[in-house]
Amino acid sequence: MNVFDIIGPVMVGPSSSHTAGAVKIGKAARKLMGEKIINAQLLLSGSFYATGKGHGTPKALVAGLLGMEPDDERIPDSFEIAKKEGMKLKFGQVDLHERHSNSVQLILEGAHGRILEVIGESIGGSRINIAEIDGLEANFSGDFPTLVVHNSDRPGHIAKVTSLLSNQGINIAAMRLYRQGRGQNAVMILECDQEVPKDRIDALEEMDGIEKVTYYSLEEADEL
Amino acid sequence: MNYKSLQEIVNLAQSESLEFWEVIAREEAISQNVNQSQIFEQMRKMYHAMKQSITQYDSRQKSPSGMSGGDGEKMRQYRRTHQTIAGDLLSKIMETAMMVAESNACMKKIVAAPTAGSCGVLPAVLQVFEVEKGYHEDKIVEALFVAAGIGEILALNASISGAVGGCQAEIGSASAMAAGSVTYLEGGTMEDILHAATLALKNMLGLTCDPVAGLVEVPCIKRNVAGAMNAVVSAQMALAGIRSVIPPDEVIGAMASIGREMPVCLKETGTGGLAVTRTAKIIAESLS
Ligand code: SF4
Repeated sequence: MNVFDIIGPVMVGPSSSHTAGAVKIGKAARKLMGEKIINAQLLLSGSFYATGKGHGTPKALVAGLLGMEPDDERIPDSFEIAKKEGMKLKFGQVDLHERHSNSVQLILEGAHGRILEVIGESIGGSRINIAEIDGLEANFSGDFPTLVVHNSDRPGHIAKVTSLLSNQGINIAAMRLYRQGRGQNAVMILECDQEVPKDRIDALEEMDGIEKVTYYSLEEADEL
Repeated sequence: MNYKSLQEIVNLAQSESLEFWEVIAREEAISQNVNQSQIFEQMRKMYHAMKQSITQYDSRQKSPSGMSGGDGEKMRQYRRTHQTIAGDLLSKIMETAMMVAESNACMKKIVAAPTAGSCGVLPAVLQVFEVEKGYHEDKIVEALFVAAGIGEILALNASISGAVGGCQAEIGSASAMAAGSVTYLEGGTMEDILHAATLALKNMLGLTCDPVAGLVEVPCIKRNVAGAMNAVVSAQMALAGIRSVIPPDEVIGAMASIGREMPVCLKETGTGGLAVTRTAKIIAESLS
């Protein structure tokens, strides 16, 4: 925590969790997508569903998907902007009872056909947690450049990924592993101190046994 | 940060011949690894954003729920056309707190201080003091560091979230922070600052978070007005030499334990208190 968590952030109201946090979840999902979003299905859960409308949560989530920050004064107009930019929206409800009460499931389709499913939680203040990606645990805050590597649960994958990063001089700040079961789908979450270059991500995707690589950059991607 | 209680901030300030606000600014500069002047300018930006949250006020704005909007303007008109009960200075603080909190409900840009729900308290007190009492902007920024330091300790040892500690943690914290700032502006000693914040907090202990339809509108907006007033009242008591019988850090401990013991239905869950009144249920029903 720092003093600007106490005096700040500058944000569009009314709620740090239901509005500012929602913008951040949307923005994180956009970054994870890495390409223009043409279809977005937004399924709200718990308090996001129950009180979201009055808090502008749906508008805030869409604003984030459009790349806005929590202090962007166009947040209340995000639906119209999405329409202009050709992003189709569909809202619904889902029961993510095992998640924080302020949660949303986003199912996104990109212009190049990429499909991404993200569950985001607004966990207090305007802090967020990206809880799941494509049905597997993720749990990262978006404060660091983050690599999400889906792979099959076999020996050697972790070493390959970490040595690729260290060859590039990239320091790993935190790393977590999850798997559905022994020998099944597994995921590595690597929060890094430096950005991972695009060609390294491509190289990762080429590796044997790696199924999908999703990257969260702190920088705004040019292509979007 | 190098302190864990209000008393430790004062001890640090005294041992190094610094002002209260300087301890906060310096520690922040160290933890972010930048110059203190950069931190100071960052805080000035926050103050500018606060002032903007006041000047952008639009009396015709309505919140998405339709429950709020226009009350700040009513107060301004009343002040302009009547002999007010509270006098000019306090009336202006009241209406400003109302305007900023209303703007928040109407999806306008505000500065969370410490939260969005309590965003009206500090800007109201500081901006009106700047304009009406002619304080230099630098001094106001210093006062914001005083507020931030108090807020840090509240966040650390109690809570600044309604969901965790009830509204005492939001409006109560904002009010305590503002009380400390005003006391600093008015030339109070460090002990005065601590006691102003403490008295303000004590007046707000036990305040529940039970907003209608779960929205940051009722009772939040009007509580910003009360929180700002309470800050001025508490500052004046402290400046007069009045002391809290229970020492500052013990009061913060009490706030934490009250927050823990407060039933969940009164901590931002919309399942108790005002939120379950007959009228609140009708409103919530009409919104869903
Ligand atoms: S009642 Fe609850 S939501 Fe409203 S200002 Fe207080 S703590 Fe925040």
